[in-house]
Amino acid sequence: MGVEGIGASVVRKEDKRFITGKGHYTDDIRLHGMTYAHFVRSPHAHARVAGIDASAALKMPGVVAVLTGRQLVDDKIGNLICGWMIHSKDGSPMHMGAWPAMAPDTVRFVGQAVAVVIAETRNQARDAAEAVAVDYKELPAVSTIKAALAPGAPQLHPEAPGNIVYDWSIGDKAATDAAFAGAAHVVALELTNNRLIPNAMEPRSAIADYDAAEDHYTLHTTSQNPHVARLVLSAFYNIAPEHKLRVIAPDVGGGFGSKIYVYPEEMVALWAARKVQRPVKWTADRTESFLTDAHGRDHVSKAEMAFDANHRMLGLRVATLANFGAYMSLFSSAVPTYLYATLLSGQYVIPTIYAEVKGVYTNTTPVDAYRGAGRPEANYLLERLVETAARTLKVDPAELRRKNFITTFPYQTPVIMTYDTGDYHASLDAALKAIDYAGFPARKAAARKRGVLRGLGLSCYIEACGIAPSKAVGSLGAGVGLWESAEIRVNPVGTIEVLTGSHSHGQGHETTFAQVVAERLGIPIAQVSVVHGDTDKVQFGMGTYGSRSAAVGISAVIKAMEKMEAKARRIAAHQLEVAEDDIVIENGEFKVAGTDKKLAFASIALAAYTAHNLPEGMEPGLKETAFYDPSNFTFPAGAYAAEVEVDPATGRTTFVNFVAADDFGRLINPMIVEGQVHGGLAQGIGQALMEGAVYDGEGQLVTASYMDYTMPRAADLPSFDLRHTTTICPSNPAGVKGCGEAGAIGASAATVNAITDAIGNNRLEMPATPDRVWAAIHGNG
Amino acid sequence: MPTVQLTVNGRPVSMTVEDRTLLVELLRDHLGLTGTHVGCDTSQCGACVVHLDGQAVKSCTVLAAQASGSSVTTIEGLATGDELHPVQAAFRDNHGLQCGFCTPGMIMSALDIIRRHGGRLDEATVRHELEGNICRCTGYHNIVKSVLDAAGRMKLSAAAE
Repeated sequence: MGVEGIGASVVRKEDKRFITGKGHYTDDIRLHGMTYAHFVRSPHAHARVAGIDASAALKMPGVVAVLTGRQLVDDKIGNLICGWMIHSKDGSPMHMGAWPAMAPDTVRFVGQAVAVVIAETRNQARDAAEAVAVDYKELPAVSTIKAALAPGAPQLHPEAPGNIVYDWSIGDKAATDAAFAGAAHVVALELTNNRLIPNAMEPRSAIADYDAAEDHYTLHTTSQNPHVARLVLSAFYNIAPEHKLRVIAPDVGGGFGSKIYVYPEEMVALWAARKVQRPVKWTADRTESFLTDAHGRDHVSKAEMAFDANHRMLGLRVATLANFGAYMSLFSSAVPTYLYATLLSGQYVIPTIYAEVKGVYTNTTPVDAYRGAGRPEANYLLERLVETAARTLKVDPAELRRKNFITTFPYQTPVIMTYDTGDYHASLDAALKAIDYAGFPARKAAARKRGVLRGLGLSCYIEACGIAPSKAVGSLGAGVGLWESAEIRVNPVGTIEVLTGSHSHGQGHETTFAQVVAERLGIPIAQVSVVHGDTDKVQFGMGTYGSRSAAVGISAVIKAMEKMEAKARRIAAHQLEVAEDDIVIENGEFKVAGTDKKLAFASIALAAYTAHNLPEGMEPGLKETAFYDPSNFTFPAGAYAAEVEVDPATGRTTFVNFVAADDFGRLINPMIVEGQVHGGLAQGIGQALMEGAVYDGEGQLVTASYMDYTMPRAADLPSFDLRHTTTICPSNPAGVKGCGEAGAIGASAATVNAITDAIGNNRLEMPATPDRVWAAIHGNG
Repeated sequence: MPTVQLTVNGRPVSMTVEDRTLLVELLRDHLGLTGTHVGCDTSQCGACVVHLDGQAVKSCTVLAAQASGSSVTTIEGLATGDELHPVQAAFRDNHGLQCGFCTPGMIMSALDIIRRHGGRLDEATVRHELEGNICRCTGYHNIVKSVLDAAGRMKLSAAAE
């Protein structure tokens, strides 16, 4: 079955429904008697809610109820949680204020809900929401880190003096200071990692249904991890115990991290469904998505690197301020700490690293993990710093990287991570060859003759994926384990259902997971169905994020397959009257090696269920489950090379070429892997060139629609040149590393390094819009 | 409330709707044709593109009443029975979709682009023409490939007829 097994670019099983309009997204679902919710949201970034008058709204056509934050408190619905405890360097636990699903007394960002209208139609709910009169007493707001940390700044939460959530550090300060004291060269850089808005194309949506007879809830929602949603809704928000709550995440139109979290709207929909005794549907409009989906990035950093006289790295010192927005979202605390600073060693031997991170509250939308989550910030900082060093030290940037690459594995960095394997020379060589690095000076000179500025930028990234060993993350403060579960159900006719706790929202699991199973048994993928996204069907799962589905989810599938195959082998051996060790599995058959004796897999499946002739003491049936907890993170790595032309008259950047050479370990479906890289690159380039959330000084989100927030369009991007180098991952049975985030992690630094190379000015922040680039060219950078 | 009469995917439809009902709402909420999606509220994303009398339009920007008397083709009306339209097949074969949410609009726009340009499509033209359709998953790389491939397939099938 080589044509459909591991390594084959099989077209996706799930595509037919999407290309024929038969996808099944949350907003496509209509339940009998369904009502519609529309939220009343704060127009102020910071205000006291002095009163809510719903009397006019309640008289409007079709209005079923108006519910407020005060009623939520009265019903003892819990506040939103942050699931990862971070301790400051003085040992104190992070300082966190409460986040109620609808604000009973204070709003802290524009768009925060204070009430919800439930009505017969979407338009009636929307109309009535405008008639809800909220008496806001405005308070001074802070929309930037700098404003939040200024002396006398307005305070968001009494629990967090100075608006500081934590002041955390990693690494050895004394050793790092000593390295700098003895350095021949020190290179420094200050930079901003711009705030992004994830913008999955499907807006978030929830449909809650309450069955009073069974005291049971069902929630259809746009989630990357329905079991985690159920756990949080049950254990922390007091909606219903887990056995009385079913969460279904059907087709989900992209996530990129933004659909990991349990948001106020899903909670309120469930609570309201019981209040009004009818199903409640809520679907975000795009501006609600801009205002309420967790944002990403938003760091301001100072970084310094110490070198010896031979340009070997001696130490790295980083101080980062991270903007959390107004509340601590579900995994937000881990993003600028354990998902960021632990990657600051990059691909390099850096003997000592010290990083400090202050997390800061501002009157803006909460910030959490967005594609890459901490790792894009780390890579952007490190790779711009390395490129800056090469320019300062007047050495070739590729050579400077080569000189400092890690070459022996496993490699223990000074910042917790132990890299298991990699070949950084191989990926850099592949990228340089593909982009014709040697020929670049001639191309640059030719471009100059045409009056345009040409630049080439590199970015050698590393990331930690396959999130994550439960014990390790537990020791670092995580509130959950990060294993994955799988179940293999073989039906009596020999078809297979793979039930996985991973969730596909574009990644193609229905194909790749089937390929892994098909490969092991030598059966067609048409015989394998993949089931995911329903807490009533799948035993449990931690969901999809952090490029974990193949490394952790498929590893769980392999573990369950091994158990199932062992049982099938015993049945075959028993029926064929041979030793189990003599059985080999090939082309859907269990064969006795060296003979023509064999049993089709389907007949073994049937035998397991008829149970007429099983080994003594064996239970009937052929169904196995497994929980897989990874032994380490995985470490995808690669080298990106961007070549750009900048028009000095307009500041506009155009790509000549973009090469991505990645090492993801074993590839299950190269076509799908490349698709993941393309999408990641677009988001990384989007960050570098055009995307960025803009708040005004009063905390109004200026970029709250597609008219204002610049999404990359087809004409903004080039076709990409992808290369693969391979070191098989030794840390999981699939040999895979993960590919979902690489593009978003590596692309921004390569792009900005290329532009700064072209214009000859290193002082450039993202997004490098034409006006910023033009200013940098003309010396105003 | 206006009564709207139109043909949707070859089927005559007549219904009375609120004045403000958008064509996309008529399709999704009244006719259950949920293949047409809503991804924004400013006519930017293109997830709602359908064909109105053979031309691509954003159905979030057309009142149902305006469409009265017209013929509408949605993504559900593109395949012939089990046989995919060449644009649908090209998107599948070139991995031109991931989450699938923008896909119906992309396919309807792609077909319109191919028809308007005949055989004269190149990468730059396709990228320029896709200005009104946003995809967050694919980086457009494979969408562009799909459209070019579909244009080739349609030329071939036209030549064969």
